[in-house]
Amino acid sequence: MSTSAFGLSLEPRRRVEQGLLGRALRFLHLDGWLLVGIGGVLLISLLALYSAEGQQLTELLDQVARMLVALGALLFMAQISPSWLRRGSPLIYALGIVLLILVMATGDIGKGAQRWLDLGVRFQPSEIMKLGLPMTLCWLLHDRPLPPSFGVLLIVVVLLVVPVGLIAEQPDLGTAILIVLSGAVVIFLAGLGWKYLAAVSALTGAAMPALWLVMHDYQRKRVLTLLDPESDPLGAGYHIIQSKIAIGSGGIFGKGWLNGTQGQLEFLPERHTDFIFAVIGEEFGLLGALALLLLYLLIVGRGLYIAASAPDTFSRLLAGSLSITFFFYVFVNTAMVMGLIPVVGVPLPLVSAGGTSMVTLMAGFGILMSIQTHRKLVAR
Amino acid sequence: MAPTLRIKDHWREQQLFTGRLLVAILFVLGLTGLVVGRLVQLQVGKYEYYSVQSSGNRIRVEPVPPIRGLILDRNGKVLAENTPSYQLEMTPEQVPDMADTLTRLVASGILPEGDLPELKEMVASRRAFDTVVVAERLTDEELAAFAVRRPHFPGLDIRARLGRSYPYGTAAAHLLGYVGGISADDKKTLDPTAYAGTTHVGKISVERSFETRLHGTPGHEDVVVNVHGRKMQVLDRVRSLPGEDVILTIDMDAQMAANQGLQGKRGAAVAIDPRNGEVLAFVSTPAYDPNAISAGLSRRAYLALQEDLDQPMFNRALRGQYPPGSTIKPMVALAALHYGVATAERRVGCRGAFSLPGSSHRFRDWKPEGHGSVDLYNAIEQSCDVYFYTVARELGIDRLGSFLESFGLGSVTGIDIGGEKTGLVPSIAWKKKAFRRPGEQVWFPGETVIAGIGQGYMLVTPLQLAHATATIAAKGQRFQPTLFRGTRNSATGTIEYEAPRPLPPVPDQEPAQWAAIIEGMHGVMHGPRGTARAVGLNAPYQMAGKSGTAQVFTIGQKEKYIAKDVAERRRDHALFIAFAPLEAPRIAVAVVIENGESGSKVAAPIARAVMDAYLRNPS
Repeated sequence: MSTSAFGLSLEPRRRVEQGLLGRALRFLHLDGWLLVGIGGVLLISLLALYSAEGQQLTELLDQVARMLVALGALLFMAQISPSWLRRGSPLIYALGIVLLILVMATGDIGKGAQRWLDLGVRFQPSEIMKLGLPMTLCWLLHDRPLPPSFGVLLIVVVLLVVPVGLIAEQPDLGTAILIVLSGAVVIFLAGLGWKYLAAVSALTGAAMPALWLVMHDYQRKRVLTLLDPESDPLGAGYHIIQSKIAIGSGGIFGKGWLNGTQGQLEFLPERHTDFIFAVIGEEFGLLGALALLLLYLLIVGRGLYIAASAPDTFSRLLAGSLSITFFFYVFVNTAMVMGLIPVVGVPLPLVSAGGTSMVTLMAGFGILMSIQTHRKLVAR
Repeated sequence: MAPTLRIKDHWREQQLFTGRLLVAILFVLGLTGLVVGRLVQLQVGKYEYYSVQSSGNRIRVEPVPPIRGLILDRNGKVLAENTPSYQLEMTPEQVPDMADTLTRLVASGILPEGDLPELKEMVASRRAFDTVVVAERLTDEELAAFAVRRPHFPGLDIRARLGRSYPYGTAAAHLLGYVGGISADDKKTLDPTAYAGTTHVGKISVERSFETRLHGTPGHEDVVVNVHGRKMQVLDRVRSLPGEDVILTIDMDAQMAANQGLQGKRGAAVAIDPRNGEVLAFVSTPAYDPNAISAGLSRRAYLALQEDLDQPMFNRALRGQYPPGSTIKPMVALAALHYGVATAERRVGCRGAFSLPGSSHRFRDWKPEGHGSVDLYNAIEQSCDVYFYTVARELGIDRLGSFLESFGLGSVTGIDIGGEKTGLVPSIAWKKKAFRRPGEQVWFPGETVIAGIGQGYMLVTPLQLAHATATIAAKGQRFQPTLFRGTRNSATGTIEYEAPRPLPPVPDQEPAQWAAIIEGMHGVMHGPRGTARAVGLNAPYQMAGKSGTAQVFTIGQKEKYIAKDVAERRRDHALFIAFAPLEAPRIAVAVVIENGESGSKVAAPIARAVMDAYLRNPS
């Protein structure tokens, strides 16, 4: 198998590895390709946010600070070798469960007030589970023959249902669904038989009516607005109408940075968070949007490459799962902003303003880098 | 047949994984294709269409938030309303000389100098025609100060905004709760359409529980803006619909009497109408100022509230759990009658202490010299501990416990505000589960004995105690405690009342048995040796009651740090329950005073005051 990513020739790569930069990267357990992709996306993020937030430098600096924290998380995770990560997985999972239960138990009284005052840094245990769950599933499958037996699958279901149930209770349906997806990806990559896959798909299809029943009214409305956006002029329908106008009017080349009328004149709601992709589409046009998608594909592709060349089951499954889950975030947000799927409140990863999910994502990339860089050390 | 042994086949697994990865890559590419296809469709295919839409897009939809419903007491007194507060706003483009204006604003005392940098930054970062808030919540003096100088400040104006205000302040704080700015967590559960433009949402208690009724429906304005985004004209306006007014079951006279009595104390008082479960008074002290919280506290003020030793944010009526002490005795007596352990005539000799057979441990009576020979009436009237030690032992903890549970103790009452605590009715099975060490899991006979006087593990909330008292007053009929009497449509004035919600009654009880314990409770207030006869004096109506004094066996975590307070905080809790009028009860009250020492001297007068206040009005 070729050791270079994307079939590039070995020459430039070797030069990098021998240079100062290459040695620095190796020393810090970082991966150049992933860094290029992440850096590119973050750059686009800063440009788009500056425009979307009415050119306020303070807001932008806040986001830069959050990015630095997230990069810290990446750097930290990259130092932990995959074998340590594997051993630590069940601990992280257990910690996540305990914290989720704590959140349940220490509800109401203080929280009503705390929510509103938002003292210091708030911490969401569900974020831990975004990594803890796939890690634990990979840990579980690591020593077992694959494809997993029926008994192992039962354990997987239990490991999945407990945190997802707790999170859905909070209620945070969006995060719950994303965590289910991350688990599903692990099982799929582990070689779950096609007959199971067919059965799960059939079950999911059958569960749709049930899902409809447990949805909040406003969530149902969001699904209905997809069919008829004009029916909801203040809410999701208006969002979709305005974001489609923003993207469509951007054309191939865009209206230019800081010149998007939809964004600048505040027709576009939530333009610095969930709908930032519309700002990018309006100001940078098709070319800008494609550039962003390419950077995302670079990250996902590099992640899958790391998965393919990982030395053991745990690393392989985890790298694959993290990469594909990341792609899901990208897809769900962009498809939502362009009116392909209902508005579900998932931010555009690494680009939307906000820090919580970025830290988790970057920690995930740290894990990918750890898998990649430690492998080389072992091989040598 | 040997079981098929599966071992890890690394090569095959790698193949399997690579296969799956290829499927995943196809999947990723497929979805990417979908996104790219949509981009091309919007930005190339329909570019002309959206381009026209965008340049013609001069109409912005702006939400108009609804006016929050009022909260009223049962007689129509306003407990929560919306009052305008005034703020000073500035439109930068209309200000001729910004630097000079700001200097003069500071000089005239309207703008604190410390706010200046923040204001300058806001002015710099906004568009020139966007208004900037210079000062919020202006006092009358500040309003006047500005009004006089107004001609000298072109571009500045006073604007009114509606804020939530609570005319009774701390007196109804734990009852009503408060509103606060919508947080990220709130957003997850709120309908973004219904809350577009709304800034505040109910955070706790009544404001939170009845949020959907109080909030109302937003309207919207279609606004024409020019190419710079400035509002030119309002095209269309769909008016917002105000929220419903919520009518509570609370009687403000009773509430104020309870609050008055609890001033300077840590405690709670709850009054319930035994005929329907309507909560007439619901007070917990000390309390916070809901007006200040709704307007927004500084972080320091909030922390001060949180760290206050007396815990003003803690709703004692709903969440405080206390040993019931002797207030449990009428119910224990009823259990004894129910199970045939005692009759109204049975007499027990009291010499000031009780011992279990074969044990030398003496369970003391509060009266060292003893009450002599007492029957059920005397036992309740004088609160004889030995009598109840005796019947509790004969009942056994499980029979006693399950009987108390039929009064609603040990579980939530289901009142319509969230966060209620369950209290605790111990049992043999409970103890086995609650303790880890085998030695502690055993239920000791002595624990049954002290359960008879409401000590030991048993815990009740003031709300549960009031509910149980109402149940005694209604001779076993139970209603779910409720704060919600009905709603008033703020547009039409139509009032709709809610029906009472009956709960399963206390089972199989003869009227004579109820009469016996109520007679004893009547004796407490009006009998020659009643423990609270001083409080029953000179009342225009007859009442029944029971005092209680509960030992404090735990000290809160924070309290241990302040040595001089410990002595005060180790004093007994004072409790009192009562209902009136005796013949046809209309109000049942429970009062708990932390470290109040004497139920009959400290808690009882408050219960009396609440009943006086409520019964003064004809029903």
